[in-house]
Amino acid sequence: MHELGIVVHITKTLKGIAKENQLKEIASVSLELGEVSGVIPEILTDCWNYYRKKFPLIEEAELKFETLPAVTYCEDCEKTYPTVQYGKKCPHCGSDHTYLIAGNECNIKEIEAC
Amino acid sequence: MDSMRIIEVKQSIFADNDEDANKLRSRLKEQKTFLLNMMSSPGSGKTTTLVRTINALSDRLRIGVMEADIDSDVDAWTIAEKTSAKTIQLHTGGMCHLDADMTRQGLKELGTEEIDLAVLENVGNLVCPAEFDTGASKNVMILSVPEGHDKPLKYPLIFTVCDALIINKIDVLPYFDFDMDLVREYAKRRNPKLKIFPICAKTGEGMEAWCDWLYQEVMEWNK
Repeated sequence: MHELGIVVHITKTLKGIAKENQLKEIASVSLELGEVSGVIPEILTDCWNYYRKKFPLIEEAELKFETLPAVTYCEDCEKTYPTVQYGKKCPHCGSDHTYLIAGNECNIKEIEAC
Repeated sequence: MDSMRIIEVKQSIFADNDEDANKLRSRLKEQKTFLLNMMSSPGSGKTTTLVRTINALSDRLRIGVMEADIDSDVDAWTIAEKTSAKTIQLHTGGMCHLDADMTRQGLKELGTEEIDLAVLENVGNLVCPAEFDTGASKNVMILSVPEGHDKPLKYPLIFTVCDALIINKIDVLPYFDFDMDLVREYAKRRNPKLKIFPICAKTGEGMEAWCDWLYQEVMEWNK
C-alpha cells in the first residue's frame, strides 16, 4: 500500500508545478522507476486510477513508466554489475563489499499538460 | 483548447516530502523538541518498549507520544494507562506509513511547546515507513528475536535509515535460532554507524543502556 502514499506525493508535486506554470489540465505523467525502487507499476496505476478522479487537474492524466536498470558497485574489484541478477555478492570476485549506485530512483520525469 | 506541451520535471517523488521533513526538523530544533521516530514490524514490542522507556525518563523529560495506526486506539490507551505521557492516536486512513506532513499535523494536535521528547510510534511495517522521512531528530527500529536475524538482509533500507536498533525479546533467545553475532554483522554491513541495544522490554533487561543513549541524544538536540 505504499503505492497510495506515493500517488499522494506525486499529486502534491503536480499541483505545485501546475500552479507555477498555470496549467489547467495534465494529460500524462512520465515516471522513472529504478528496478529495485520497490514500487510496483501495476499497483501504482491502480492507486492512481482511484486517486486522480478526486482532482480535475489530473482526472484524465495517464501514468507512463520508464524502468531504470539497477547497478551495484564492488569496492574490492572496483567493477559494476547488474543488481537484479546477482544481488549483494559481486559476480566478478565474490566479495559482498558492494553498494547500489543506481536503480533506486523514483522520479517524475516529465508531464504533458496545457 | 490550449495545446498540450511537455514540461520537464526531473524530480524525485520524495522531494516534496523531504522538503517538508527538513522544515519540520529545523522548527523542532528551534523550539527544543526532540522527535523520535520508532519503527518496527507489527508485534515486535514497540508499545511495551515505549512504556518502559517513558517511565525511565519521565522524571527528567517531558514526553509526548503519537501512536500511528491504520485503525483502533488500543496503543494510545495502553500508553495513557501505564505512563504519565501525553498521548494521542493518529489514524493513517489505510496508509502504511506516516509522512512529514501527517507528522506535522500530529505534532500540532499533541502540542510541542511543553514537550522535550516527542515519540512517533509509526505504523508496524519494515518497508514503507523507511521511505518517508518524518522530520524526526533520530530514527530507531525494533527487531524482535522471533522475527529472525536475517531481517537486515531482507529489509535493507530500514536498517540504513535508522540511528539505533533495539533487539527486543532477548529473554526468548534460548528458544529461537537467532544468532546475535550475525544480526550485528548484517546490520552493521548496511549501516556501520548503527547503535545496537539488545533488550527485554518485558523484564527491563538492557533498558538502561538504551534509555541513557536516548537521554543523551535528547539533551544534545535540545541544548
